[in-house]
Amino acid sequence: MALFEARGVHKRFGHQVVLENIDLSFESGRLSGIMGPNGAGKTTCFNVLTGRYKPDRGRVLFDGEDITGLSPNAIACRGIARSFQTISLFDEYSALENVLIALPEVRERGFNMIEPLSGDGADADRAAAVLARVGLAGRERRRAGDLAYGERRALEIGVALAAAPRLLFLDEPTSGLGVEATARLSEMVRELKHDYSIVVIEHDMQFLFGLADAISVIHWGQVIARGTPDELRENKWVQRSNLGRP
Amino acid sequence: MAAVPTVASPWVPRGMALLLAVMATLPLWVASIGLYQYLGVEIAIWMIYGLGFNLLLGYSGLPSFGHGAFFGVGAYAFGLFQAWAFESLLLGMALAAVAAFVAGAVVGCFLSHRRGIYFALMTIAFGQVFWFVAIKWHTVTGGEDGLLNIPRPALELGAASVPLNSNVALFYFVLFVLAVVAVALWRLVHSPFGKVLQAIRQNEERARFVGYNVWLFKWAVFALSAAIAGLAGSLFSMAQQSAYPDVMSLHASGVIVMMTLIGGGFVSFWGPVIGVAVYFLARDVLGAVTETWLLWFGLVFVLAVLFRPEGIAGAWQEYVGSVPSAGRRNRGTEAPASHIER
Repeated sequence: MALFEARGVHKRFGHQVVLENIDLSFESGRLSGIMGPNGAGKTTCFNVLTGRYKPDRGRVLFDGEDITGLSPNAIACRGIARSFQTISLFDEYSALENVLIALPEVRERGFNMIEPLSGDGADADRAAAVLARVGLAGRERRRAGDLAYGERRALEIGVALAAAPRLLFLDEPTSGLGVEATARLSEMVRELKHDYSIVVIEHDMQFLFGLADAISVIHWGQVIARGTPDELRENKWVQRSNLGRP
Repeated sequence: MAAVPTVASPWVPRGMALLLAVMATLPLWVASIGLYQYLGVEIAIWMIYGLGFNLLLGYSGLPSFGHGAFFGVGAYAFGLFQAWAFESLLLGMALAAVAAFVAGAVVGCFLSHRRGIYFALMTIAFGQVFWFVAIKWHTVTGGEDGLLNIPRPALELGAASVPLNSNVALFYFVLFVLAVVAVALWRLVHSPFGKVLQAIRQNEERARFVGYNVWLFKWAVFALSAAIAGLAGSLFSMAQQSAYPDVMSLHASGVIVMMTLIGGGFVSFWGPVIGVAVYFLARDVLGAVTETWLLWFGLVFVLAVLFRPEGIAGAWQEYVGSVPSAGRRNRGTEAPASHIER
């Protein structure tokens, strides 16, 4: 059984149908890709799957449990974490605190009003390990708002990783990155593949084709093709729609 | 200090000990500088109010322009308890805090899914509702006159009974409550709860997506802040020996916002404490010179908002930061935990 499934998901804003009868399934231990041109509905799709929007129709299943219409925090607590295309951090907090606050161990103590949340101890070690994983070792004490763009991109993923998610959604992780930074990120995600089930939205096809085990192509709010990268290279739709080219 | 990500903080930081120590000597010299004992009572009460208020404004980024309602609820609850039940200091105060907590919890249900300007507008609306009820419900609140002749019950300590009738005695009692509230809130803002509140202020959506029930946190902090306002209100009704609708007016609710901002509530735990002291000193010192002191104070406020939104505490931090010293050499590169903590 797939770890995560969307069945017949439908979403409209006013008269605009944004997602039409979307079926997706992501396997455990794999890296699944969602690709499509700008405005195809990829991010809306992510937003429906992670709880920001409720779908008008259809069901979303995580590990067999129906999570359709649950709040983002309820979905997050079940083990789904996401990053954002537009960087979304706690800018006044240090890089370490950004990760610290996202740790499940800290979340469980969220209503503790007495014990200090300290910058040393087991929690901080965990947070520092996460930062090291996304290449931010040595940057722990830097304010998130003062980090360079590429570092903020990495921290964006770090905050999602902090939750030790069973499924990790990455929304356009290469957005705004140059060639070199994209290559570094690619290496990092390849490493993460060993330990996490990941879903990536991208329109950088080289990035996705090099990493994904399976890809779904969304266009006009529908899934128009799916398969392995090799299968999709042969796909007439994909070739015609200008997607496969760098 | 600044280089450590999250400083494990002591129960009573040095600044707090210093503040309380200085305030404890106040009755000895306040008269000799031409001021009076009651001023100390007032300042200490509003410091409690301000610290609780800043939990919302500074830490959670939730602007409440109707907080006077809860201050008033506390004042009325204390007065009514003494009149209807029996004279008791601590029970009356506890009841005042609980009443304000309940009022805050109910109002919070309507506010907690809002933020920014919508949140602010709703707090004004609710504040006006409470104020209106206080004026119109004559049989309970005494209408515009309010409740009169509220006693100052003695502090019962086992066998001993300490009368609080003199302003000096009341001052020391209020100072003790201030100390308790300050220590408790200092703990709170460094706890996971306090950190989550600050995270919500910085980025509500991300807080939600890392798994926090943002609504519940906002609701809890609103009710908690209301309870502290109610506690301060109960002390105020003792100080004034009356409770009246004025403290619930939009004007009075605005004053606490102004105090907190001038002091620097957005950047420092001590912002509201500084702001309260500055406000009352300005009132009495400027007020002795001119009747239009509030005009001048208001102008300073306008200038502060325009040019120094971080308030007095912010200006102080900037000044201290610009003075090179061994302990602060790393300032340029190492971020402080989150600057509101200092």
